[in-house]
Amino acid sequence: MKSKTSPSRVEPANVDLSVRLGPLTLRNPVLTASGTFGYGPEYAELVDLEQLGAIVVKGICLKPTRGNPTPRTYEVASGLLNAIGLQNPGVDGFIRDYLPFLRKFSTPVIVNIWGHTIEEYAEVARRFSGVEGIAALEINVSCPNIKEGSKLFGTDLDAFRRVLDACRAATRLPLIPKLAPNVADIGAFARAAEDAGADAISLINSVPGMAVDIETRRPRLANITGGLTGPAIRPIAVKLVWEAARATRLPIIGMGGIMEAAHAAEFLIVGATAVAVGTASFAEPRTAARVVEGLRDYLARHGLASVRALIGTLQR
Amino acid sequence: MIIEDAAVAGQERRAGGYYLLSLRSPKLAALARPGQFLHVRLPAPADTLLRRPFSIFQAAEGEVRILYKPVGRGTHSMTALQAGDVLSVIGPLGNGFPPPAPGVHPVLVAGGYGMAALYLLAASAPRPGTAFFGGAGAADILCVPEFEALGWKVIIATEDGSLGARGRVTTPLDAWLSASARPRPIEFFACGPNGMLKAVAERAAAAGARAWVSMDRSMGCGVGACLTCVQRVRAPNGEAVWARVCKEGPVFEAGSVVWEEIE
Ligand SMILES: Cc1cc2nc3c(=O)[nH]c(=O)nc-3n(C[C@H](O)[C@H](O)[C@H](O)COP(=O)(O)OP(=O)(O)OC[C@H]3O[C@@H](n4cnc5c(N)ncnc54)[C@H](O)[C@@H]3O)c2cc1C
Ligand SMILES: Cc1cc2nc3c(=O)[nH]c(=O)nc-3n(C[C@H](O)[C@H](O)[C@H](O)COP(=O)(O)O)c2cc1C
Ligand code: FES
Repeated sequence: MKSKTSPSRVEPANVDLSVRLGPLTLRNPVLTASGTFGYGPEYAELVDLEQLGAIVVKGICLKPTRGNPTPRTYEVASGLLNAIGLQNPGVDGFIRDYLPFLRKFSTPVIVNIWGHTIEEYAEVARRFSGVEGIAALEINVSCPNIKEGSKLFGTDLDAFRRVLDACRAATRLPLIPKLAPNVADIGAFARAAEDAGADAISLINSVPGMAVDIETRRPRLANITGGLTGPAIRPIAVKLVWEAARATRLPIIGMGGIMEAAHAAEFLIVGATAVAVGTASFAEPRTAARVVEGLRDYLARHGLASVRALIGTLQR
Repeated sequence: MIIEDAAVAGQERRAGGYYLLSLRSPKLAALARPGQFLHVRLPAPADTLLRRPFSIFQAAEGEVRILYKPVGRGTHSMTALQAGDVLSVIGPLGNGFPPPAPGVHPVLVAGGYGMAALYLLAASAPRPGTAFFGGAGAADILCVPEFEALGWKVIIATEDGSLGARGRVTTPLDAWLSASARPRPIEFFACGPNGMLKAVAERAAAAGARAWVSMDRSMGCGVGACLTCVQRVRAPNGEAVWARVCKEGPVFEAGSVVWEEIE
């Protein structure tokens, strides 16, 4: 065991927070999680977008999509159930209405994409290729809120491979498949992503869940089931990131219930190269920026001059 | 829109189980417009994650005030707040009420906390109008002295008849609308349960008057990012589209709301 505070203290300002996700270099390892930070402008009055490692926007498919009826979210103890249903403006709507705003910032933009079919995934990936201002694509194969069978892409290894192969053939943009938590062997999905030529992986997406109003005996969500996020899922996420990190050499973006820098450090220690802040932004919009500063202090206190020296250093 | 740690200036119990919470914030007080709301982070030990939205009741002398009723975990935890406690507040949020058109007699219709939500509008209206307040009983009728001090005529209805007319707020409203000597033209501003808002929308359409309704939807982010609070409205081309109550709302022109799709 290393001592808690290292003798060789580093000045927080001198800590190197930059990390690499395949071909992508980020100024710091703290991203926003897809679906929890809109498309950029929503939080721009409250948060300096230049402080973020990258912005991951809400999931985009080919055509504008209506999403689920309401109620779409329900708060549970230390967590949030959601079934937004992937409402989005479609590829063209995003490029027209949001990308010009995002291009004004130096922060890399990662677009979260999904499709109803393998062909649609590939088409979306193709459409974003060569579009100025897009740093990478995160492939959402695991949202529990789409009914058209997309669920299969996240939990069926063969379907997962076919989605990745199709996207890989469609674009040269860095690809980041986002893994579902509800699989028997997360390592198999991590290895499949590596074999398919992915540049990084991200995990976890929300955990399938459900809640009932016992007075009316009706489900709390119009969609009946949804995805659980927030502090309640953090131990699940830390464990899955730890397992995935042992199965692949791809860099990992870890997420699930990060509320403060200490939680982010947990993910880095078990092997994540970067982290994403999701639900916490709703409670405190400046969480991601605070995690950056908190990580800096934590690393300095431990005498680590670079965040990279923390990654995958779980002691046993 | 700003985010600020605001000190509690004071909290007092009001009639009907409501609490009046005053927050010290010259910035929010200066920015607040009628019909806008604050998104408040709850005091620590509650296991709640999300903020809670509250209409801005008053904004003056460097303070913003909300009038709230404890109904669940979050609002119950707020009742313990005391002067000096600090709350994180995002605000002012949303698209509030437009100012009443000049030369038009403003008619307010409110239920529940809607009476508080309409106060700033009444205070900034070019001239006083008529306010209709409805509730289950006398205890549910709020803010009457505040409105009367502004020179407004307040007409009350309670379902148990303990104050004002017996019945729904539409009972005295319909009587007032059918009186030949009433002021014209009129414009409606309403905040209350969806059934009340829909009733106002129907009255406004029948009277050929414009109506603005402030809608209540449970919220997540409060700033337009999460798509929790969506409501079907008609775009100018007639197509039904989603609007975010926290961003495009909470106030909508009554004619644009797709009332059939409200549970
Ligand atoms: C724009 C806007 C302005 C508001 N202004 C005020 C105000 O000025 N004063 C005031 O007292 N309240 C106001 N509300 C309602 C207030 O936000 C809710 O009462 C509060 O969020 C409940 O939180 P809770 O944790 O106590 O209840 P929860 O534990 O979350 O819920 C308890 C009960 O209240 C119901 N509930 C939860 N949220 C709402 C809601 N938004 N509307 C109706 N019922 C709800 C739940 O269904 C449940 O039955 C406003 C809501 C909106 C959207
Ligand atoms: C309201 C909401 C919407 C989301 N939308 C998406 C989405 O469009 N695409 C996606 O891949 N993940 C989506 N997610 C999942 C998050 O990106 C993240 O994986 C999950 O919330 C776990 O992180 P957290 O616990 O920090 O929130 C959404 C989550 C929430 C709460
Ligand atoms: S509450 Fe999040 S979009 Fe309105």
